[in-house]
Amino acid sequence: MTTRRSALLRQPMAITAACMLGVLVVLAVLAPVLWGGQAAAANPDAITLPSSAEHLLGTDKLGRDVLLRTLVATRLSLVMAVAATAIGACAGLLLGALPAVLGARAQRWFAGVIGTWLAFPVLLIAMLTVILLGTGATTAVVALALTMAPSFARLAQTLSSRVGGSEYLAAARMLGVSRRRQFTRYVLPNIAEPVIVNVTTSIGGGLLALSSLSFLGVGVQPPDFDWGRLLSEGFGEVYNSPVAAIGPGVAVVFAGLAFSMLGESLAAHLRHREHGKALPPRRLGPAPVAARPVETPSATPKESTEEGVDTVVPLLEVDGLSVSFPGPDGWITPVQDVSFRIAPGEIVGVVGESGSGKSVTVMSVAQLAPAGAAVTARRLRFDGEDLTGLTPAAAGKVLGTRVGVVFQDSLTALNPALRVGAQLAEVPRVHGNAGRRQAREMSVRALDDVRIPDAEHRAQQFPHEFSGGMRQRALIAMSQIGSPSLIIADEPTTALDVTVQRRVLALLRRGCAESGTAAIVVSHDVAVLAELCGRILVMYAGRIVEDVDCALLATPERLAHPYTRALTASLPDLGTDRTRQLVTIPGEPPDLSRPVPGCAFAARCAFATDRCRTETPVLAPHRHLGRVACWHPQDATAPDTAPGREEVEA
Amino acid sequence: MAELVIEDLVVTFGHRHRAVNAVDGVSLTVPHGTIVGLVGESGSGKSTVARTVAGLQRATSGRVTLDGDDLLRTRGVDRRRRARDVQMIFQDPYSSLNPRMTVGETIEEALTTHGDLDAKQRAASVRELLDLVRLKAAVTGQYPSQISGGMRQRVAIARCLAVRPRLIVADEITSALDASVQGAVLNLIRDLQRELDLSMIFITHNLAAVRYIADTTAVMSRGRVVEHGDAAAIVANPRRPYTRALVSAIPRIENAGTDHLLRLTDPEGAR
Repeated sequence: MTTRRSALLRQPMAITAACMLGVLVVLAVLAPVLWGGQAAAANPDAITLPSSAEHLLGTDKLGRDVLLRTLVATRLSLVMAVAATAIGACAGLLLGALPAVLGARAQRWFAGVIGTWLAFPVLLIAMLTVILLGTGATTAVVALALTMAPSFARLAQTLSSRVGGSEYLAAARMLGVSRRRQFTRYVLPNIAEPVIVNVTTSIGGGLLALSSLSFLGVGVQPPDFDWGRLLSEGFGEVYNSPVAAIGPGVAVVFAGLAFSMLGESLAAHLRHREHGKALPPRRLGPAPVAARPVETPSATPKESTEEGVDTVVPLLEVDGLSVSFPGPDGWITPVQDVSFRIAPGEIVGVVGESGSGKSVTVMSVAQLAPAGAAVTARRLRFDGEDLTGLTPAAAGKVLGTRVGVVFQDSLTALNPALRVGAQLAEVPRVHGNAGRRQAREMSVRALDDVRIPDAEHRAQQFPHEFSGGMRQRALIAMSQIGSPSLIIADEPTTALDVTVQRRVLALLRRGCAESGTAAIVVSHDVAVLAELCGRILVMYAGRIVEDVDCALLATPERLAHPYTRALTASLPDLGTDRTRQLVTIPGEPPDLSRPVPGCAFAARCAFATDRCRTETPVLAPHRHLGRVACWHPQDATAPDTAPGREEVEA
Repeated sequence: MAELVIEDLVVTFGHRHRAVNAVDGVSLTVPHGTIVGLVGESGSGKSTVARTVAGLQRATSGRVTLDGDDLLRTRGVDRRRRARDVQMIFQDPYSSLNPRMTVGETIEEALTTHGDLDAKQRAASVRELLDLVRLKAAVTGQYPSQISGGMRQRVAIARCLAVRPRLIVADEITSALDASVQGAVLNLIRDLQRELDLSMIFITHNLAAVRYIADTTAVMSRGRVVEHGDAAAIVANPRRPYTRALVSAIPRIENAGTDHLLRLTDPEGAR
């Protein structure tokens, strides 16, 4: 709590706002006590004097000092503004947030009331209040509260509808938690922050509105006075003594600014807390670059070529890829020193758990790294062209249509306002300079290729008219339409049912086989990749821990890294012994913002030694003809033979 | 002793000509102390059955009883008594815990709603429950955002157990979790079921998980139960074509590095 407050007070705007508010509060408390009598007492000897050393802002018609009156008016002006906003906010919160715990019918009723209330013109409400209650300070406060309440109610309604539909409120209801407690412990705390920000900012607006009412003569009545009243009095003499009007005017602006700035800095603070405030670039320094491995020469790609792993020129060569994000205590590097190659026509899977960096890795290769990411690589080559050091835009141009991307969520990856065929046609139109008709024909053919029935008709439909599986296939069609040499697919089947998943996977596999396209497929499900891919990269905590032929997955005793072994053993399959406990990996994945020395898996590994906890293992060629980053590979007892890919039946 | 009996349950969404039966005449029995798995693809109505049993969704017709008590009756029922009948564990542990309450407060709330315990007894019960779901007492003061997904799901399970419900509905409780954590939660559910003799409906789209954890499995398609039988037998010898299609579509690690994927005869793929 204290750290939160101190973080807020480090912002320059917050400090300024706090100082300004401090001045106002001190004035509100002390000014009426010190100068109250003086400001109210008439002085016939000093009527409407201009500005002088004695009366800095001059005097009014009754000879009272305008500066003193302005200072004394601080209390009434602030109290009225705060009271009106508080009443409006409370009424609005009850009206807007209460229905969240009351049920659907109450929600409809309350929404109707709020909508009707909002539809009333603000001025009409204010006037009606004045007519009903007569002029005066109380009337002004009530009128303002009445006009503020519906907008607070709408805000609270919008915010609390999210809480109302949440599973945690459903859980509370099912537990039998009382409605009052649902409201105070579930709804209010979860909508509090934006409401507080809004209320703070509104006090400034309320102050202005109240001043206007007093200025118009329907607010505070003499002998009481607030800033609006003073402004109105000073305005009468504006040609004789302009400062008499300027003084209270400045006070209104000063107070309004103080509350707006406080609200703004509160909002900025909440935003930062939600997204984590990153260090400014100056203190972050340059993004971390993977160090060149010198200690083990066998780890360099050149050596592995000599061993005969890669005899063909790779389509994609990634060496020492690191991706960093600005964090609160410096760079956070969720992808560290990742190196791999993809041969033409090869399907490679990338598997790992959430936070392992698998998606960030492949998206960075596709030049689609998330905003704010710093991508560095010792070497990044695609199809013989060097992309190292190019800006994402320039590199993206080089990749062009030669790389197709399939995203996880087909609903957000397709533009809902465009027909599917038109979206597909965009690729050849933009990158291939194809004519409109030609592009249209290409898009229909592409849809037909991914076995979408009646492609001609389907191309004219919008994404929402497609089922989930069909949308995913349309995305695959889109990735294939430019005849790319590499397809990058990020969790392409995660949102799909098993039968649809199977179809999409078969399609991807067949498509690659027919056109000789290579693919990188990311998934959290090792079984999905096992059937689809030829080779698999296992990632853990931002590093590749094992690079292995997929065929070895079927024989876990030949896998080298303890994590890969645990991953393949931990999920139940249709042959799991039901009488025994499932194999699990103890512990939790490491926190990337607090890197530990040595192997990231050591804390959860049964074979870890002191070396594992101090020295990071290097991804090096292994006897299973893949690569592994482990000091204690576990396949020592397995027969030392090369994997043989099962022959394809004719 | 608690036996859930669902008879001819129908749940309709929408009105008149746009009405859709999400659940279309489902009958199912969950005998005391057993886990019944409910599997099916998205849109099969399995989650709607769960929400109706849990009282979160109104039924259009049919009967749902727990030891003869009508669960569909809403009038004149004490909400705390109803809470002790059925509790539900949700799919996403990121959204099923109040972000503004600590783990301790969350579990304590469930305890205080259902019993007069003093502060000391409450603290002891919280510790006991955390121990039951294999969590350390140190998480008591932490907020959901400070713990991992697997830990959150354990907290949700502990909150559910705090009420001592007669029936637990678990809706896809492992599908939002990482592979290495899923196994641990499945182990936990199985252990708890044996220790506490729980009755449970376990909803999932993962046939392998349901085969491991459930006693019997009901397969749902388009709002109906198409096959119901022993959990192991139903995947070993599926009788209905729909079940057979589901089972054969499961990716298997034994097929690694083979062309199994291409050999599958697929009605739509083959054209």
